[in-house]
Amino acid sequence: MSLKIVVLAKQVPDTRNVGKDAMTPEGTVNRAALPAIFNPEDLNALEQALRLKESHPGTTVHLLTMGPPRATEIIREGLYRGADGGVLLTDRAFAGADTLATSYALSQAIKKMGMPDIVLCGRQAIDGDTAQVGPQVAQKLDLNQVTYVTNVDSVADGKITLTRSIDGGIERVEAPLPILLTVNGNAAPCRPRNAKLVMKFKRATAPMERPADGNIPYAEEYEKKPWLTVSQWSVADVDGDLQQCGLSGSPTKVKAVQNIVFKAKESKHLTGSDNDVESLVKELLDSHTIG
Amino acid sequence: MANNYTDHPELKFELNHPLMKRIVELKERDFRDKEDYDYAPLDFADAMDNYDRVLDITGELAGTTIADNAEGVDLEGPHHVGDRVHYASGTQANLDAMVKAGLNGMTMPRRYGGLNFPITPYTMCAELVAASDAGFGNIWSLQDCIETLYEFGDEDQHSRFIPRICAGETMSMDLTEPDAGSDLQSVMLKATYDEEAGCWRLNGVKRFITNGDADLHLVLARSEEGTTDGRGLSMFIYDKRDGGVNVRRIENKLGIHGSPTCELVYKNAKAELCGNRKLGLIKYVMALMNGARLGIAAQSVGISQAAYNEGLAYARDREQFGKPIIQFPAVRDMLSNMKAKLDAGRALLYQCARYVDIYKALDDISRERKLTPEERQEQKLYSKLADSLTPLAKGMNSEYCNQNTYDAIQIHGGSGFMLDYPIQRYYRDARITSIYEGTTQLQVVAAIRYVTNGSYLAQMREFEQAEVSEEMRPLLEKAKVMADKFEEAVEHVKNAADQPLHDLCARHLVEMAADIIMLHLLLHNATADADLFAKSAKVYARLTESEIARHHTYVMGTTPETLAEYVEA
Repeated sequence: MSLKIVVLAKQVPDTRNVGKDAMTPEGTVNRAALPAIFNPEDLNALEQALRLKESHPGTTVHLLTMGPPRATEIIREGLYRGADGGVLLTDRAFAGADTLATSYALSQAIKKMGMPDIVLCGRQAIDGDTAQVGPQVAQKLDLNQVTYVTNVDSVADGKITLTRSIDGGIERVEAPLPILLTVNGNAAPCRPRNAKLVMKFKRATAPMERPADGNIPYAEEYEKKPWLTVSQWSVADVDGDLQQCGLSGSPTKVKAVQNIVFKAKESKHLTGSDNDVESLVKELLDSHTIG
Repeated sequence: MANNYTDHPELKFELNHPLMKRIVELKERDFRDKEDYDYAPLDFADAMDNYDRVLDITGELAGTTIADNAEGVDLEGPHHVGDRVHYASGTQANLDAMVKAGLNGMTMPRRYGGLNFPITPYTMCAELVAASDAGFGNIWSLQDCIETLYEFGDEDQHSRFIPRICAGETMSMDLTEPDAGSDLQSVMLKATYDEEAGCWRLNGVKRFITNGDADLHLVLARSEEGTTDGRGLSMFIYDKRDGGVNVRRIENKLGIHGSPTCELVYKNAKAELCGNRKLGLIKYVMALMNGARLGIAAQSVGISQAAYNEGLAYARDREQFGKPIIQFPAVRDMLSNMKAKLDAGRALLYQCARYVDIYKALDDISRERKLTPEERQEQKLYSKLADSLTPLAKGMNSEYCNQNTYDAIQIHGGSGFMLDYPIQRYYRDARITSIYEGTTQLQVVAAIRYVTNGSYLAQMREFEQAEVSEEMRPLLEKAKVMADKFEEAVEHVKNAADQPLHDLCARHLVEMAADIIMLHLLLHNATADADLFAKSAKVYARLTESEIARHHTYVMGTTPETLAEYVEA
């Protein structure tokens, strides 16, 4: 059976490669100093989607991302790997959204895209680390959900079989479609960009990325090649209720931000003697650092 | 995230060479593919941007997946299962990733599913891959055998085989036999025409076949019964789908463990002729080998870069006598010379690749229409230049990568001798580069005619006319003096008119030529981008000056009388 799949993806600051300028003196993330990347676990989700596309002919994979115009890069990265298309959800009214407002906006957009058989998203984003958006989208769309997925094993007869991580092991579950899945970072890594697709889609842009005067290189190409224009939707485009979007739709308030500076704590001197080694192993076991 | 391309801006510099304008023009032919293929470039800048992006993909794959798998591949190696080869798990993962990335059949025309890339960016990709895993580099780079099938096969063979290579199937070139190594004229594998089945049959044994269980093989075999020399050999295509070739063993090697080196047994294996009978060795294998030699030169540069990176990182990190060892002149001497050899060798490699690109693209055009007299002249010129630089690029880079891995281990001290650091793998992998696809000694044999016919000297004299920066001018003057010394040494050997003396001095003369040409290329590079190359140009000039003096002394001191000291022991 062919499937309709939507992958939720987020552009995030690369918090894995934090340099000394990563934080502002106020203790907030200095986004300018961190490269913007495809949220790692969303890439794992995309890979699962692309595998389903390969094993189920006729399947379509579309990405959905919310963010400023430069987040179109996420859509392009998806196109480079074999996605069929994508939507950039962008509007000043979406700015400042917490997980509730984000999941509202995303679910409105998914409704407009037409209800999919499978929504795939990463378990969590490396900037917020909440793991809330996926489950909230499922709730809002009244979809089944399975979290911590490490592999989509099969899809047949309106049912999906999955492997998911649980505490101390794995679990295999079967669930009816439609469904939302959040995918773990230990799922298969995403495939590389494909040379031909990169050459085909490298100029794909959302209208808001282009200069207002329309003066862009190869302007005539955009008329001939519809795939070079990435769909871009505003609040109005997804029939969004302004009260539920962005800051006004976000009950989460940051009470305080603490700037934590790691200082060297007490150090312990150990020798190579059996006694010292044994006591260190015992200590590490007790503190569950190992074991 | 490591990216072998963007981490080393020297590659992008080489990509942006002025000759690329002509290469793209010849490859893309008025950008005529743009209407039919959504990934074809629209103009020169667009084509260059495509190369840059594909190098970025390759560099990332090499710097992540392939680099991560390299140690496991080295330890696991391929498996001999029944009569077949099963790659190490990491090798298979690498191959799958390269296929997903669409990096196969890169130089083939788009109508067969290729990217229609010039040899130059393709060769750069080969360097990037080899820098992370030289053994895997072989398996992937053997795709360039398809060039030979494209050049000499017929249209029916093109349409049946090229799309399969573009889709990711692998290749091998089956040349060597137990009694035919460097001397390929002695190949004995028997090809007989089976009148009943209407096809050729291959019988015999091949040895040391890299990736010997490939999907498609190009096989050198004796089709003319009763012959004993190169003129009795033809080239055949063997398709693994037809069966008949089994892997008898996989060699246990010092290095490039990921690359299966096979002994093959042909039992009535069905095969088809590629090109004309009797031209197998003298024409097709020569073309095949020239491509392969460029590939090994790229592999060598990749290993050199990896060795330099490891040496540099260790020297910065390791402290002795209260400071990082990179602060000691003895260590800096090694590192600076490594970098200079790396930059010089790479400049030679891509100069050669660009020459190959121009003449091959013109060759290809000539299959469509008659070349103009100017084009014919251009074709001849670049074909000669490429033929003269290919053995230098292969010979020098393979020697340099051995020297660089040796020095990188030296910088590691005792730790370098332990199997715990990646440098030991590069050291072992480097060793084959100066042996296979023609030993360094055979590269000298291929190159010496360009010493004696004045081709290298003419190239030097032309380089001397080039404008260089103020900073490089004193080095250009030195290069002129070096060329004079080279000329003198060549004359000395010519005047002796003694073949054994000529052969004994050949390597010295060829190295002199290579050193001086590489110095000129570095002067050009340093003129265009002093930040990237000025230091290497200066270090290399000092190194070259002393090398030229050494070779000059050796050659000038060699007389027919001294030859007696070199008689067989």
